[in-house]
Amino acid sequence: MTRAFRVILVLSMLAALALSGCAKATPAPTATQPPKPTSPPTAQPTVAPTPKPTPVTKTVVIGFTSSKTGSQEVPSTGQTRGLELWLEQVNAKGVTLPDGTIVKFEFKTYDDESNKERVQQLYTKLINDDKTNFLISPYSSGLTDAAAVIAEQYGQIMITTGAASDATYKKGYQLVFQLYTPASRYLTGAVDLLAKLDPTAKKIAIVHENDKFSTDVVNAAKAYAESKGYEIVLFEGYDSGTTDFAPFINKIIGAAPDAIMGGGHFADGSTFAKQMYEKQVKAKFIALLVAPPELKFADIGEAAFGIIGPSQWEPQAAYSEASAKAAGVQWYGPSVADFVSAYKAKYGEDPAYHAAGGYAAGLILQKAIEDAGSLDTAKVKAALDAMDVLTCYGRVKFNTSAEAHGLQVAHEMVYIQWQKDASGKLVKQVVWPAEGKSADAIYPLSR
Amino acid sequence: MTEQLLASLTDGLLLGFVYGLASMGLSLIWGVMRVINLAHGATMVLGMFATYLLFSAFGIHPYVALPIIVVLSLLFGFLVYATAVHRVINAPYLSTLLATFAVNMMIIGIGTAVFTTTPRNVDIPVGRIQAGPVTLLSTRLVATLIAVIVTAGLYLLLYRTRPGKAIRAVANNRAAARLMGISAFRTLALSFGLGTMLAAAAGALIATFFPFTILSGAGYQTKGFVICVLGGLGNPTGALIGGLILGALEGIIPVFMAVNWVPVIEFVLFVLILLVKPSGLLGAR
Amino acid sequence: MRAWRYPAFWLTLGLVAAAGAVVFATRSATLREEMFLLLMFVTLASSLNILLGFTGYVNFGHIVFFGLGGYVGFYLMSQHGWPLWWATLAGGLASALLAWLLGAATLRLRGAYFALATIGVNEAVRAFVNNFRPFGGPTGMSLNFAVYRQYGGPANALWWTFGAMFGLTLLVILISYLVKFSRFGLGLMSIREDEDAAMVLGVRTPRLKTWAFVLSALFPGMVGVLFFFKNGNVEPGDAFRLQMSIEIIVMVMLGGSGTVLGPAIGSAAYERLRGYLLTSPIFKNLHLAFAGFLLLIIVLFVPAGLVGWMRSRLPKLRRVLE
Repeated sequence: MTRAFRVILVLSMLAALALSGCAKATPAPTATQPPKPTSPPTAQPTVAPTPKPTPVTKTVVIGFTSSKTGSQEVPSTGQTRGLELWLEQVNAKGVTLPDGTIVKFEFKTYDDESNKERVQQLYTKLINDDKTNFLISPYSSGLTDAAAVIAEQYGQIMITTGAASDATYKKGYQLVFQLYTPASRYLTGAVDLLAKLDPTAKKIAIVHENDKFSTDVVNAAKAYAESKGYEIVLFEGYDSGTTDFAPFINKIIGAAPDAIMGGGHFADGSTFAKQMYEKQVKAKFIALLVAPPELKFADIGEAAFGIIGPSQWEPQAAYSEASAKAAGVQWYGPSVADFVSAYKAKYGEDPAYHAAGGYAAGLILQKAIEDAGSLDTAKVKAALDAMDVLTCYGRVKFNTSAEAHGLQVAHEMVYIQWQKDASGKLVKQVVWPAEGKSADAIYPLSR
Repeated sequence: MTEQLLASLTDGLLLGFVYGLASMGLSLIWGVMRVINLAHGATMVLGMFATYLLFSAFGIHPYVALPIIVVLSLLFGFLVYATAVHRVINAPYLSTLLATFAVNMMIIGIGTAVFTTTPRNVDIPVGRIQAGPVTLLSTRLVATLIAVIVTAGLYLLLYRTRPGKAIRAVANNRAAARLMGISAFRTLALSFGLGTMLAAAAGALIATFFPFTILSGAGYQTKGFVICVLGGLGNPTGALIGGLILGALEGIIPVFMAVNWVPVIEFVLFVLILLVKPSGLLGAR
Repeated sequence: MRAWRYPAFWLTLGLVAAAGAVVFATRSATLREEMFLLLMFVTLASSLNILLGFTGYVNFGHIVFFGLGGYVGFYLMSQHGWPLWWATLAGGLASALLAWLLGAATLRLRGAYFALATIGVNEAVRAFVNNFRPFGGPTGMSLNFAVYRQYGGPANALWWTFGAMFGLTLLVILISYLVKFSRFGLGLMSIREDEDAAMVLGVRTPRLKTWAFVLSALFPGMVGVLFFFKNGNVEPGDAFRLQMSIEIIVMVMLGGSGTVLGPAIGSAAYERLRGYLLTSPIFKNLHLAFAGFLLLIIVLFVPAGLVGWMRSRLPKLRRVLE
């Protein structure tokens, strides 16, 4: 009996393996397709059809991966929602090229599980199998760095959003364009804010995640702070995925700083903030990366109160057509209020900056195609190189030098702080820069 | 400096108790049946998720849920032993290593599908006691207390009950024990169950302090190996002491150098002990 | 040198050669990428087989050679501008050196203690590289894109890399067979069967074990350099993945440890299965669970692996199924 069982077992294993060897690995891309017309949408008020040749419609495939699961899930979801809002809006009318072609867009996307290896496999697949025309990055500098190599190797333009690390753009790429303010400018404003609030504060402790993005941020922040006369009493990195911050917190307590800066991404930033509160770490100023601007940061409760975070964008941002004119720059796209209300109507909550970044990625690509008047990679690249525009997301202009091609040069950060409104609920307030603030910063933190 | 040292040492020791609790399971299984349980980390994570689910779905407080988790993990251990391990218990060691590793992969695979890798938290209110430079968190204190209670319970079981005696007999000499009428299968299943239970209980306690994902087990498992080797494979007291030593090291080393050197030192120590005194500091059984 | 008298020798080499030939014939980028991964795993599994299958020592940290070799080669390429070929060789030699040093220390451990030590070594090296500034610390190192121009552009570089991997795979299969049918291999297998008896009979076990270890480390080191060159960057987390180490053991066991055809088939099968499971919507989330289940079935019921099982059922075909 057992012998027959073994024979059947092994034969079925062989069969399974043979089948899998022959099976075509058919992927299931979660393709978000717009209501798919190959002819103009039905809601067209055509009274009498004019004798015009039917315009050719072309579908441009944009590929990207998002972190539907894994450590980057929360911010990546925001970014994808921003992109989908743009897709819905642009496909209402499409983009008309000079030769009369109407361009509509389609997304091909996969879940990268916040995993670098998956990102590279999936982008290779998107380019080779799904035949994308343009690419958008995943969320986070680490994953984007992995994806950028693939984009450049196969010669496709990639607009990166959700990725601030400068290092990616120092590698000699020509086709990768950054929307986010680079990491090197993330915490420099926090140092300025500290200087404004308390000129007597002298000691800063920096505890950061050991990944490309956070390392770039804190290296630049350290250099900047030291140039302004601050003493960095602690400068240490923790591995991604750290959950026990006690050794770091003990070191911070030992160093007795006036201000604490650092963090990394959402999960570790929130845990760090929570554990600092649990241990009642005495600091007058705490600024963390990425986590505070997320609405979900308030889930840690009292621990969130008073924490400052740099944000790429906030709904209270003061970008408008008027300010564009004043700065002598072209304005493009909807106003901030229109974007916020459209997002709120579609998703039922206010957008955080990841969503704005996602939306802007689509918007900038759209403008580049319009400027270029073509879908050809070289022409769109030239359009992106020449771009200098103000949008609801902020100003966008790319570095075109050989050493740092694609780095974002015009976009600025805003700083938010969690405060309490009249009813005691936690709310975000923009506290810096002075021209854009909605409330004064709370200083010092009472712990 | 001394304040910082004191605070770090206390943190480390408190955590060390829980690590020790987890490693006792690993050590017990090795001592009784010469099997290295590579599903140890995954079982800890199952304990974490069980606490999370009971807390978020039914509102059961983690400490109240612990007895439930203990019983469930005991049964789970029996199941794993009966299906995966018993058949290869007498085969060369590679087979048991791979069998337990296969169970590990299955747990993680199914867990990832069901829970995804999004980090989870068990948010219970945390009280604190300030004793000079040392901040003691209620969650850590309770966890240490529970770890001590469970250890005491384990010892009572091993030294004051018949099943415990059977376990010690089988650990000593399996063939002789069978000749004495002890059912090897039942005793081995019980030991494996106990080992799993200790891991899951430790996991449940860890869930109250740190966030976790289905993949968190790997880190704790490698720590578990280091602890067992430190204290001596097969010696549960050794595991507890090893846990305290590791916890103390993790607390003290960061005071003098960057925290990231701790894993390097841990593993170098691990390899050194394996080379110099494989039976561990307290001697293996 | 009796290896070429065995049909198995030609069969295995032929299979690998066919795999490569298909890619070169169709010049398809997607197929090339798939085959690259497949050949990479065949090489890794076959190299592990020299230690695990022939000598009977379980190395849970086999991936440490892949990682360290990869790091050394990458460092030479990115910081010192070495060409790929020399860097690959250097990476392999660095891993071989590590194996030699480690072997001197750990090979005297037996059984499960050796296995545990290898896990410890992998973690120790990873933690060390994480802190080692010249290797970029936690953020690793990356290649400036201009480097690809030396090879005629990125597309060409990718083809050259595939060619190199193909060559390495053929080489490791060749060497595995040569070892298996030599006195050296006979010595290794005697260690596997009963180390003490072998020592009594005059087999110089420490020396043989060390050479097996070194040989098994050479190829992963070279493969690592090629892999990270293709990726353009290297980080500690990617280079020292313990799970990959275990998957390689699964591949060897699946195919049949101790044979040369076994690991080749086992890794090809596992890799295809894994690729299929990862992109299939039903199984995507369950590929690890499925692989675990497969491993359990093999360990419990068919410990000799596919080729081993076939050998026992079809004694006439034994010369083909080595």
